[in-house]
Amino acid sequence: MIALWIILGILVILIFFVIGAYNSLVGFRNMVKNAWAQIDVQLKRRYDLIPNLVETVKGYAKHERETFELVTKARNLAQQGSSAGAAERGKLEGELGAALSRLLLVAEAYPELKANQNFLALQEELTSTENKISFSRQYYNDSVLKFNNKIQMFPSNVIAGMFSFKLGEFFEVTVAAEKEAPKVKFT
Amino acid sequence: MWEQIRSNQVRSVILIAFIAGLLLAVGYFLGLYFFDSAIGGLVIALILWAIMSLIAFFQGDSILLGMAKAKKIKPEDAPRLYNIVEEMKIASGLEKMPDVYIIDDPALNAFATGRDPNKASVAITSGLLQKLNRDELQGVIAHEIAHIKNRDVLLMAITTVMLGTIVILSWYASRFLIYGGMTSSGRRSSSRDGGGGGAQAIILIVGLVLMILAPIIAQLIYYAISRKREYLADASSALYTRYPEGLASALEKIGASTQQLRAANQATAPMYTVNPLHKEGMKVSDLTSTHPPISERVRILRSMAGGASFVDYENAYRKARSTNQHILSKATVAAVGVVGIRPPSPSIAGEMEPASAKAARSHEVSDMLLRLNKYRMVDCECGARWKIPPNFKDNNILCTRCGRRIRL
Repeated sequence: MIALWIILGILVILIFFVIGAYNSLVGFRNMVKNAWAQIDVQLKRRYDLIPNLVETVKGYAKHERETFELVTKARNLAQQGSSAGAAERGKLEGELGAALSRLLLVAEAYPELKANQNFLALQEELTSTENKISFSRQYYNDSVLKFNNKIQMFPSNVIAGMFSFKLGEFFEVTVAAEKEAPKVKFT
Repeated sequence: MWEQIRSNQVRSVILIAFIAGLLLAVGYFLGLYFFDSAIGGLVIALILWAIMSLIAFFQGDSILLGMAKAKKIKPEDAPRLYNIVEEMKIASGLEKMPDVYIIDDPALNAFATGRDPNKASVAITSGLLQKLNRDELQGVIAHEIAHIKNRDVLLMAITTVMLGTIVILSWYASRFLIYGGMTSSGRRSSSRDGGGGGAQAIILIVGLVLMILAPIIAQLIYYAISRKREYLADASSALYTRYPEGLASALEKIGASTQQLRAANQATAPMYTVNPLHKEGMKVSDLTSTHPPISERVRILRSMAGGASFVDYENAYRKARSTNQHILSKATVAAVGVVGIRPPSPSIAGEMEPASAKAARSHEVSDMLLRLNKYRMVDCECGARWKIPPNFKDNNILCTRCGRRIRL
């Protein structure tokens, strides 16, 4: 009789453990999903800003057609690939980031452009959007790290295996130029 | 992040329980003295505490913002500030964007308030907005967002209310004991007539000592909690921005400023980034300060060589103070992996900031303050910009630069 009660007790504890571990895994997975949505919002914001920026710069720097085309192309490619996975997207966004910093570098050579209120406002928006992208990426990667730890570590790994939770994919920007801040000289 | 909050909560709950114990003890002796019943005193203490808590819970942030004379701003009023707050909201994983407030004051300071992370506010003085570059402002805002995210605001509100209750109770009790004793109030003499003898005297003395010591002890605990929270917020700021130098450099600028904040007092002091009341360099004030000394905070941030994680902060803390003490709990340190430092923002990389950037920022801030005070901006065709005060009645002005009449 006592043995039965003990077995029953262990079973109840086990069930509670499984429920708890499962719920916490789902919590982490939602955190990762939410963090990914945050990146998405900021990337879309960048797509929206670029045409405006290109138009404004065009008004002052007519001879930089090559740069404009590069930026526009990179933007369109990135927008088309916006449903791809984290790794593929990281590559496209990295190229767009590199093209954009080239455009801003070009703008540095035109003092009149730099005094334009519209351009300054756009530049602040773009700088901030770039920051928001990297901060949301930072938060996303932190969340993925925690989620993956939970999936791989004992004892929650057993539960993760039972319900086939998949490891999260890190979002890395693969182009080297994006990681380095563009060097800007004040003259 | 959750691990860190949880482990800090355990420690904070212990300290709060201790202050609550003090509060009850004060109430107990109060009752014993004046009503001959400990229960009566306890009830009074609890009622006072409950009323103050309710006010702090529902009105706390508006009282605080009102006392600081803070004005709420919209994104278009100060795009740079608003963007930075949003960046830090994203970096910290906060769910809702906090409200942003401006305090029209040349002093350099900032604070955060709000009883829960989804209903929070960040306030910053116009002086700070004007003096700091983008990276520095980011460091300060990250520090404030960390206070929100770590629920320091709620914790400090609870502690402040208890401390306040203890101070009020023991202040009145000690006045009544001293003056009431002279005029020999009815209740006290009657209780003496009852004649408890030695036991009565001991209770009297213990109670008196407690009345005097309770506010002091509670205050010291309060300071200790506050200082610990400041270190944690600094560490979180470095982690969120991945750039400890931003906050370090901002703190240095703030420390070098001699402006005192006009609308700050003892109760609101711990809410600010740096203590708005104390002067730097007072070693004696170490135990009775809401904030660690600025120079030390800067030193710790600067010696976080090559990393922005909590582990790096903890190591830097030990090196700077040459102790083996922990400043962050074990769970906190273990929660995040290796974290690198990012390079400074492109616009301010390397050399000194150009004077033109400083002037532009100064203009931006003063224009914003005028707009907040309902001034109208009118551009003349000659390029001059006129700021029209809200009580200006005429329908046209004369541009003194080019002589044109401008219709309003």
